[in-house]
Amino acid sequence: MSLADFKYADTIHRCFRCGYCKFPVNWKDVNNCPPYARFRMESYSCGGRLWLTRAWLNDQIKWTEHLAEILYSCTTCKNCVIKCPLRFNVDIVNMVIAARGEMVESGRLPQAVKKFLENIELYGNPYGESRAKRGEWANRMGVEKYHGQEYLLYVGCTGSYDTRAQKAARALAEIMMRAGVSFGVLGPEETCDGNEVYKLGESGLFEVLAENNIQKYKNTGAQKIVTFSPHAYNAMKNYYHEYGGSFEVFHYTQFLHGLIENGKINNLRCPNMKITFHDPCFLGRWNEEYEAPRAILRAVEGVEFTEMGKNKESALCCGGGGGNFQIDLLGGSENSPARRRAREAYETGANVLAVACPKCLVMLNDAVESEELANRLEVLDISEIVIKGLSI
Amino acid sequence: MDSIYEALVNIVGKEYVSNQPEELYIYSFDLGTAEPCQPQYVVSPRATEHIQGIVRLANKEKIPIVPLGGGLSLAGLAVPLKGGILLDLKRMDSIIEVNENARYAVVECGVSQGQLTSYLEKNYPRLTHSEPGAPPAATLAGNVMIHGQGDLAQPYGFNSDLVNGLEVVLPTGEVCHIGSVAIGAGWFTNHPLPDVGLFLGWCGTTGIITKLSIRLFPCKRIRGVGTFVLEHEDLVPEAVYKLTHTQMAEDIVAFSSAIPPFASELQQITVNIAADSEKELEFKQEILWDDTLGEYIHRGEGAYLGFVRHLQRPQISKTSDYKKGGGFEYVGSIVPIQRYPECYRKGREISERHGIPYTVTGRCVGAGHSMMFAWTFAFNRADPETIIQARKALHETDDLVLQLGGVIWKPGTYGQKLILERLDPGTKELMGKIKRLIDPNGIMNPGNWEVA
Repeated sequence: MSLADFKYADTIHRCFRCGYCKFPVNWKDVNNCPPYARFRMESYSCGGRLWLTRAWLNDQIKWTEHLAEILYSCTTCKNCVIKCPLRFNVDIVNMVIAARGEMVESGRLPQAVKKFLENIELYGNPYGESRAKRGEWANRMGVEKYHGQEYLLYVGCTGSYDTRAQKAARALAEIMMRAGVSFGVLGPEETCDGNEVYKLGESGLFEVLAENNIQKYKNTGAQKIVTFSPHAYNAMKNYYHEYGGSFEVFHYTQFLHGLIENGKINNLRCPNMKITFHDPCFLGRWNEEYEAPRAILRAVEGVEFTEMGKNKESALCCGGGGGNFQIDLLGGSENSPARRRAREAYETGANVLAVACPKCLVMLNDAVESEELANRLEVLDISEIVIKGLSI
Repeated sequence: MDSIYEALVNIVGKEYVSNQPEELYIYSFDLGTAEPCQPQYVVSPRATEHIQGIVRLANKEKIPIVPLGGGLSLAGLAVPLKGGILLDLKRMDSIIEVNENARYAVVECGVSQGQLTSYLEKNYPRLTHSEPGAPPAATLAGNVMIHGQGDLAQPYGFNSDLVNGLEVVLPTGEVCHIGSVAIGAGWFTNHPLPDVGLFLGWCGTTGIITKLSIRLFPCKRIRGVGTFVLEHEDLVPEAVYKLTHTQMAEDIVAFSSAIPPFASELQQITVNIAADSEKELEFKQEILWDDTLGEYIHRGEGAYLGFVRHLQRPQISKTSDYKKGGGFEYVGSIVPIQRYPECYRKGREISERHGIPYTVTGRCVGAGHSMMFAWTFAFNRADPETIIQARKALHETDDLVLQLGGVIWKPGTYGQKLILERLDPGTKELMGKIKRLIDPNGIMNPGNWEVA
């Protein structure tokens, strides 16, 4: 493929590489682009990626594994979109995704990306785990299979298979049961939502996943979906309608906030918790939902809430987006975004780092351990804080 | 195995050295019209000791070294013209000290303008620094290295005049300190020791600045910008002169541009004003707009367009998107303010000759002592012909600056050549002697300021 055939051929040269994309809103540092924070080479900056993409499509440089890793190290966190002052900014991440699409088309991918996509194709999840095990997270909980209840709870791959995230998924299900919510899950019939597949540039596989999921939800009569993961929320809310999937989609923090407002959850109490909150990119920057998680935390008696210096649209991504939760091109260093974020959380003096995304939960949990902060800073999903609050 | 690569890895670690095509490609470019030149290695040091090790290695192997800060000079000053080691200094980004009472900050060379602004806003809201018009990713060290100016240029002059001290790695690897810090007395002044100021303006050809102390200034509670428009360029020097007499402005900038068309040919003057109270603000506004510029309104030659509170961060990179082309470069010059009308008229002619919408800007430096006047030429990065046209326009403008009796600011190689042709022979010889003495192997940013 040549540059002329690239979807963004008329736009990609417009990046001036001024560097606004590296900053948070308050200009605190140049580390708000996760790959740049990790590697601190211009090639890993947002502008570097766009210039390299253009050079590759123009045949000025050749495809290499290193080039592919540079492109795939982008977590699609959208910090660049928020910060770029130029009018084409809305397409910056789309350009990276389109470039990845070209790599998919040409069959030249980093091994980890290839494996990720292969696992989705074969098993419906990136872990390569059996589909039959997908519902095991809810064993012995009494969570009903979905059969037309008011809400379908979509747990997603991370909540279904990752042992740390499973705990949070169980907390959410328990809250919903205790609040008397009519809901069910698909269990082994649930399949990957495809958000990361889309971001990795495999639009064909995403289409298959979206269409199959939509058909499945329609067949079961589901109209209202609560997602555990903001990544699934993003896919279902913003992409599924293109394939005929018009569902009412809620991220679980929005849903829990509603339950609190309606009085179905009350008397939440967590004494001695000083909490800071990490905004997930796919809830915050992608869907502009900054308030619901904070409203839940404010509703918990005994909680002292403190913001990190970089919050809301300036939040530093944990490094797990755009497939990097699995392909892990940003790990292995004290400069990894998750470890940077763990340090930022610790600097607030909080003893709990609250998250609202299973990927963030796992990434930051590991980061806190790597930073040897686990005794001083506990990473908890908001669902886990709420269930604690209900239990005290 | 590449022994130089291995040696660099031993100094800074594997993750911060690259000889791969992707890094060599990215670091071969300036953001302006300069032709790309590839380095052989890209290295990102974290400490002065790293830089010393790299410089010693480069001397031993006789390989060029090109230091890079924010990479936003747009004049090609950090393009590795003769290859070698590209030193990306942005990882050296610690703010070491802020002395609130003596009003200075000591920073490492990779600290960005935005980073210091944010740090001061959070920790020292009563202090500010002279922030240049460049994007916030520009570094403080890079800015003083090119004799930049910021939004406090009117009262305090060039940013390089605000340096209290430097730590520099010399081309042969030794570290030296300039200013009061050289005798261990702290970083509070650049004076009164013998002048060994051999580093500012040399574009990394005499050493690598690793730390600097920069003066800070009172930050008043209310800061904002007022705009006045004049119908004719001939009125600008007098208006600026009168404004400087009030000593009430933080920044005075005159500009004109072809876009938007309704403002084309008009001369806008923005005046930054700061005050600690509404009373002070009102008083200053009255003096500036009514008493000082009111006569232009009465004569029908000017108009006051209003005052906006809060200073917007510079978004000069928007200029790059005027033609949806992703590129612009400008010629900056230091000229007497009286030259503003000619600068405007002739710069406009050059722009129009090359089919480029004109944009000119003049920032007052000091109490009317000089003006940084810039002619900006946008180009389309996807259209090589527009790059060629912009480059021609830039070169014509470099010539123009000298014809008008100005000095080219941060000249690229073309402008440097013009200056060296005119340079006093004694000065040139002195520069050559300094260069040969301090950089015997000629490894420092070769291709720039080649006087030896």
